[in-house]
Amino acid sequence: MANYPVFTEEMKKTHKILVPNMLPIHFRLIINVFKHYGYDMELLTTDSRNVIDEGLKNVHNDTCYPALLVIGQFFDALKSGKYNPDTTALLISQTGGGCRASNYIHLLRKALKEQYPQVPVLSLNFSGFDTNGLKLNAPVMIKLLYGILYGDLLMLLYNQCKPYELIERSSDRVLDIWQKKLDKIFAENKYTNTKKYYKEILDSFAKIERSSKKKPKVGIVGEIYVKYSPLANNGLEKFLLSEGCEPVVPSMLDFVLYCAVNTVNAGKIYDYKNKTTFFYKIGYDFIYKKQRQMINIIKEHGVFDPPHDFEHLREYADKYIHQGVVMGEGWLIPAEMAALAAGGTENIICAQPFGCLPNHIVAKGMSRAIKDGFENANIVAIDYDPGATKVNQENRIKLMLANAKKVGADKNENNA
Amino acid sequence: MERVLSLGIDVGSTTVKNVIIDENKNIIYSKYERHFSKVRETVVSQLEETAKMYPGCKFKLCITGSAGLGLAQGCDIPFVQEVFSAFTAVKESYPDADAVIELGGEDAKIIFLTGGVEQRMNGSCAGGTGAFIDQMATLLGVTTDELDTLALNAQKVYPIASRCGVFAKSDIQPLLNQGAMREDIAASIFQAVVDQTVSGLAQGRKIEGKVLFLGGPLSFQTALRKAFITTLKLSDEQAVFPETAKVFVAYGCSLHAYENEDCLEIDDILAKIKNAPVSDTIVTGQRLFNSRSEYDEFIERHKKCDLKYADIKTYEGDAYLGIDSGSTTTKLALITPEGDLLFSHYSPNKGQPLDKISAKLKEIYEVKNPKLNIRAAAVTGYGEDLIKSALKVDFGIVETVAHFTAASFFCPDVDFIIDIGGQDIKCFKIKNSAIDSIMLNEACSSGCGSFIQTFAQAMGYEIAEFSQLGLFAENPVDLGSRCTVFMNSSVKQAQKDGATVEDISAGLSSSIIKNAIYKVIRAKSVDELGRNIVVQGGTFLNDAVLRSFEMELGRNVIRPTIAGLMGAFGAALYARNNAHNADSGIITYEDLKEFTYTSKTANCNGCTAKCGLNIITFNDGRRFINGNRCERGAGISKDNILPSIFRFKNEKLLEIASYTPDAPKFRVGIPMCLGFYELLPFWHAFFKKLGIETVISEDSSRDTYYKGQQTIPSDTVCYPAKLAHGHIVSLLEKNVDFIFYPCMSYNIDEGDSDNHYNCPVVAYYPELLRANMPQLNVNNFIYPYLDINRKKHLAKRLGVSLAKYIPSNADLDGAIEAGYKALEDYKNEVSQKAVEIIDIARKNGKNIIVLAGRPYHVDKEINHGIDKLITSLGMAVISEDSVAHLAHTPDDLGVLNQWTYHSRLYRAAEYVTTQKDMQLVQLVSFGCGIDAVTTDEVRTILESKGKLYTQLKIDEINNLGAAKIRLRSLIAACK
Repeated sequence: MANYPVFTEEMKKTHKILVPNMLPIHFRLIINVFKHYGYDMELLTTDSRNVIDEGLKNVHNDTCYPALLVIGQFFDALKSGKYNPDTTALLISQTGGGCRASNYIHLLRKALKEQYPQVPVLSLNFSGFDTNGLKLNAPVMIKLLYGILYGDLLMLLYNQCKPYELIERSSDRVLDIWQKKLDKIFAENKYTNTKKYYKEILDSFAKIERSSKKKPKVGIVGEIYVKYSPLANNGLEKFLLSEGCEPVVPSMLDFVLYCAVNTVNAGKIYDYKNKTTFFYKIGYDFIYKKQRQMINIIKEHGVFDPPHDFEHLREYADKYIHQGVVMGEGWLIPAEMAALAAGGTENIICAQPFGCLPNHIVAKGMSRAIKDGFENANIVAIDYDPGATKVNQENRIKLMLANAKKVGADKNENNA
Repeated sequence: MERVLSLGIDVGSTTVKNVIIDENKNIIYSKYERHFSKVRETVVSQLEETAKMYPGCKFKLCITGSAGLGLAQGCDIPFVQEVFSAFTAVKESYPDADAVIELGGEDAKIIFLTGGVEQRMNGSCAGGTGAFIDQMATLLGVTTDELDTLALNAQKVYPIASRCGVFAKSDIQPLLNQGAMREDIAASIFQAVVDQTVSGLAQGRKIEGKVLFLGGPLSFQTALRKAFITTLKLSDEQAVFPETAKVFVAYGCSLHAYENEDCLEIDDILAKIKNAPVSDTIVTGQRLFNSRSEYDEFIERHKKCDLKYADIKTYEGDAYLGIDSGSTTTKLALITPEGDLLFSHYSPNKGQPLDKISAKLKEIYEVKNPKLNIRAAAVTGYGEDLIKSALKVDFGIVETVAHFTAASFFCPDVDFIIDIGGQDIKCFKIKNSAIDSIMLNEACSSGCGSFIQTFAQAMGYEIAEFSQLGLFAENPVDLGSRCTVFMNSSVKQAQKDGATVEDISAGLSSSIIKNAIYKVIRAKSVDELGRNIVVQGGTFLNDAVLRSFEMELGRNVIRPTIAGLMGAFGAALYARNNAHNADSGIITYEDLKEFTYTSKTANCNGCTAKCGLNIITFNDGRRFINGNRCERGAGISKDNILPSIFRFKNEKLLEIASYTPDAPKFRVGIPMCLGFYELLPFWHAFFKKLGIETVISEDSSRDTYYKGQQTIPSDTVCYPAKLAHGHIVSLLEKNVDFIFYPCMSYNIDEGDSDNHYNCPVVAYYPELLRANMPQLNVNNFIYPYLDINRKKHLAKRLGVSLAKYIPSNADLDGAIEAGYKALEDYKNEVSQKAVEIIDIARKNGKNIIVLAGRPYHVDKEINHGIDKLITSLGMAVISEDSVAHLAHTPDDLGVLNQWTYHSRLYRAAEYVTTQKDMQLVQLVSFGCGIDAVTTDEVRTILESKGKLYTQLKIDEINNLGAAKIRLRSLIAACK
């Protein structure tokens, strides 16, 4: 018997489920998917200092920053008076694996126990290991997958247009239009017609008037929450835009593929075969095909740079690290760094929570090897933490950018 | 034609530097000045000076520096990142340099120029450098120049943690209190700065060739220069200290200005700076006092908690003396049997507690009424051992007991005490008139009293004045609640955003409190702290801190007016309560007049640990030796030493490694680090069966760490992992045929847990070693991915990866079986030994400590001899893995129990709750993220069944002062 409140089927009618915001574009789509299945969800966008303070109060302070922020954000919301604790539930993702992240849900339940014992916590995971997970059958999972695909495309195109737009906020307008359209497309179950919609999305963004003056590209890799969430990384993408750079943010789908392929790989590395590895292989192939389709459509369209091909990422990984390194973001981080550098995005920010365990190995531990491989790779690791200040982080990023601009200038000189 | 000059302004964390260059890029003017946080004012006054010197000139302008960013943005003046400025200046004036090291107020930077340009700054954790030196100088009570002079006369260098200023400080403090030579400490401080730069910044890249040294500290401190040159083994030609070092970055900045198009009159620039908008991004907290009357009422309320006083000159009868030889301050209290205060003293010890205390004791003897008789005396605090021995004090008591005794005097039903001193935060919960749980700040978060003091001085204020400033601040800055280093950059940010000194002062007070409540006490609600809270320690004499505390708690607390003297007062009360019938044995006035001592350093040769000793010889021939970490230090003879399983495990592992196969064909190197501390028996037997000799790396020591230091890429990883680098070097020195170090996501499945992972660091450290140690390659480093629970898979994979060293028909299955058997035998021996130890302890009526951590915590360089410390305190030591099998995981575990090593902690804790004479002490390596999960859970298991929880955080710091206080408090609480 679970010693925490369980979210029951009936609660779908009474409870509002609060969701922490990691990727604004994607999560909006994902929440809408769940709405169709009767879940009443709300994305938390709070970012006051109180979020951090609540985190510090309710979680062990040496716990990683993402846990501290997510749990702090929940407590901030529960205490705000905006939600009735008796009819509120919380959703938290659970990835599993040897990293501390698989413990977030337990830390959250533990923290709730004293103050909000009635609030159930739902786990969002694809492995079915928490008994109180969101019910995810194949159709829901597939719908979610499409949500991620569309989200990735919007994020990719927005990042490629925003730095160059000639009319202020024109990229934001296109993004906004498509978010609304997609809500409708998902509601009407027409989302599988990706060929048509990808094309339309590409056309809409291509119509944005853009300057042709190239800006330095800056890749963002790192721990998944800190990499994506503006709350965690102090609005890193916005900061880079204000510094005259083009942020290059790898797709969320890569992380999904990474999780899927790791299960398949585990069988290969440790010499076993079972039902799980079999089904994950099918799942992986299916998702990868979807990624290939998107890449091909973007290439055919010819205006924008497509995202990394995941199989290429794996090849890059093999040059620097074994694909057996699977805790946290594991081998994905060095693979993304190498792929970015190889693709001309030599300036890379590795965003990580202070003291992140896997990142000792896969981020700081690998940057030397990546630099040896790519002479001009310009990598900076930035730690995020409740006490770290923006000025400290921005100063380090500025140093990286000064280098970037200098290298850019030198290149132009050589070409001239 | 009017002249156009180029001006570079470098606004750092503590100073403003100006450089003006002429049309030919020659420096014609430079200026270096501390800004005491008044950034804008200082820049303006410098510019006004410039205007006078170069009337009628126009200027091209550029700003650089960490505090210059906000200014530049606000007034629309071009900004260039400071490392980049330095880079430009080096390229201009030293094109042949290979590397540049620049130490600034709070940043450390390194630029590699040849072989791939790379520029790096210290991460957010690697504490400041100039500010660090300032802080250390304050600690020693000298100026930075005097510190330099001291260091030049040093004879010995002590190992001081080099990662972060706070750590170093907790290394230095006990050295001071134990009477180490100030000269040696000064030199050690500079060496720590060098080590920090070499390991923290270079991160695996060698600093060689022509090296340029820049920045204030390096241009002012000769001893620091010397330390760099020696450590990096540079020749005189290779080490370059430009005369312009301290304004070098400003020079680079002026070179950037030179490239600008725009030129301005000084007046225009001044107008721009003066009119720049003040940023409104500061997060502000609550005001401390809204009105003067509120403040008066507050003062009136706290005045009520005062002692009675008696006159030492007229008082006749018995008196009791209490001495608190604290980390930074010395306190004395002399009381009557009723507790009236006859004499008190509070002052900084300036690193010489013995001198201070003997002088004060002399003063007491001289002023006291001849009929006042000191019946008994007690001493507490860091310097307890030394003072007790030197001045023949009757009792030595642990600080926690002293503070509790004092607090009870003011508030008999006290249930919570918080003491913030110079260096520590101590909190105790009181239950049933006994100390129930103790919380001490970890080395990392000691943003305590001395922190605010150093800060005050850095801003050009006396501490009293500085904290008063905050009382009526209008918009106190919210500075967060982290360690000193982070606090520094929070302050920097606030300054950048235009916060006033008043606002910062108030913000610092409140952040000290937040630090205490969130980080040390970790209270979720005020009620947890209890109803009757006594606050004490010198820091609480600061009204702003006290007020912040009451505001954060939302309730009033008791602050005795002698808040700073509570340790000494408690010691005096203890002396009173425990006085023997005879008179006090404390040194007499006559002897005190003659009292002198000399101090020298030596190394103990008792064992391989070679503890650094301080030998203090008193004028009557008695000696006081400290620094020894084992029973020898406690004067316990060999026969009476209680057993420790740590010793057994170390000896057993060495014994196992000593068996070699006959005529081995190859020699495999096994680094004695991390997981090998448990799996050595497995791999040793496995290789032996295959005819391969196992060579283990050297015994860990500080030197092992230094050997690999240069190749550590992440300065925040745990110390056990950092040591791995040195062990690899050690194996290479032993010329093994290959090093074997498998990557293992999974550890052994012992059942009774949700999963059996290794932590990410233990699992994949070989990948990191391979990527960062250029000495390793495919031939000499074999690191297959293995799941030790799958025999068939093991045989297959090992066959492939060892193909070069074993015949194709080798009996791998047999070797693996041999491995399993050896491992099982070893584990059985360990648990058998635990039974024996428990038995011996019980026969002798001694308590037993389960010293719980990881298998690698038996490494002496990692545990710093804590097990010996425990046995010297009269308790036997067993380990978590030796008793984990005796209990089951609690059913209601609140965490995901998925790591093999860690799941043993839960079982061991459960077992301890069933044993009356056992206590669990958890060893936690600093930076271990997983222990953030386990510590709370182990605490819950223990406390839910009425046991005490004690945590000892360990790092490269090898002073056991804090550990000793905790352990002694534990003993006191068990009574």
